[in-house]
Amino acid sequence: MQCPKCHAPMHTYNRNGVQIEQCSGCRGIFLDYGELESLTRLEAQWSQPAPPAPPAAPQAYPAAQPPAWGAPQHGGHGHYGHHRQKSFGRMLFSS
Amino acid sequence: MTTDAHALLPALAARVRETAHARTPACPCGAATLADRPDATVVRHAGTVAKAHAVDADPAELALRVTAAAHLPGVLLPPLAPTPADLHGRLVTYWPYGEPVDPQDPDAAPWEAAATLLARLHRTPAPTPVPPMRGPAKAALAATRLRDTAPGHSATAPVLAAWAALPAWARGEAAMPDTTTLCHGDLHLGQLIRHPAPAGPWLLIDVDDLGTGMAAWDLARPAAWYACGLLPPDAWHRFLTAYRAADGPAVPADGDPWPALDVPARALTAQTAARAVTKTALEDRPLDEVERALVDACARMASVPPAAPRG
Repeated sequence: MQCPKCHAPMHTYNRNGVQIEQCSGCRGIFLDYGELESLTRLEAQWSQPAPPAPPAAPQAYPAAQPPAWGAPQHGGHGHYGHHRQKSFGRMLFSS
Repeated sequence: MTTDAHALLPALAARVRETAHARTPACPCGAATLADRPDATVVRHAGTVAKAHAVDADPAELALRVTAAAHLPGVLLPPLAPTPADLHGRLVTYWPYGEPVDPQDPDAAPWEAAATLLARLHRTPAPTPVPPMRGPAKAALAATRLRDTAPGHSATAPVLAAWAALPAWARGEAAMPDTTTLCHGDLHLGQLIRHPAPAGPWLLIDVDDLGTGMAAWDLARPAAWYACGLLPPDAWHRFLTAYRAADGPAVPADGDPWPALDVPARALTAQTAARAVTKTALEDRPLDEVERALVDACARMASVPPAAPRG
């Protein structure tokens, strides 16, 4: 389809299961009926990582899920860099 | 065996200088102490490294391990001499210098090379006779030391409970289910060097725990770090994928690797936690965030029994 504003062609992208069209010219975004609500719902799940919403990371590493006794926060962000600068950096290099 | 610690280091430095000058008469004399710990003193002189092994190292077993290293080219760094020498009551071995992993740059850690070298080691029949891999025995020492040093510490009970729940082989109290696969026994990022320095291929070093046993033990320290939330998923994924791509036998070629990794990863978590709690008790300080993550993982193990041992 063509952008209703600048008439450049629009490309379809999938963002977390929601189809959105983005204009290749002005970068404007076109949402179908209900898509704004879907994105709003996803955003709410992301900012409140409640039990029913598993993070996306385990999907990316299907063969590498941690064991049941593992730490609960896999898939989080900003977690590892913080650790690595501390005693974990030393631990990587010792028995 | 007793050692005069003050006499050892200068004597070792003199020995490595002699050895280096015999190899390279026009020596630029770059000398450095690489490690000076109770279990190992390591000094470098130009391209030559001398290691004084732990006071309690068994001479016959160490000789077998060094001999095996001499027969595993492309996997283990070969020694300069096939038999350990005695110096002030300590066993000393000589090695060519290699460029280590940069501890300041965890993003540059050679996870693929580590995994590929382990897969190659695990697929190679022992070229000469070697004793059992010492991983479980070393972990048992850490548990005993924790029990003796910090019996009343609040973190000691969950760590020792996790340890006690492991099968006997993982606690060093029975033979391992696999007694033929060649294993490194103490893998961490300090066990990889590039030889020739600085850009040669990666090789494994440190034969002190080398031997036959459960190959999954060599994957279990990165697995434990990952399980405890300390190693990013992508680093663990790269390591595991490279190990599988190199036909490593410790885990199935696809599917869930955890049934094979569960027991050794628990053992390595408990060992690392035991060392950490012992250290904090001796230093009279609270656990830091990383040490706490290890103890918490041990506490969670109580509610999930270990996977049935293979074999």
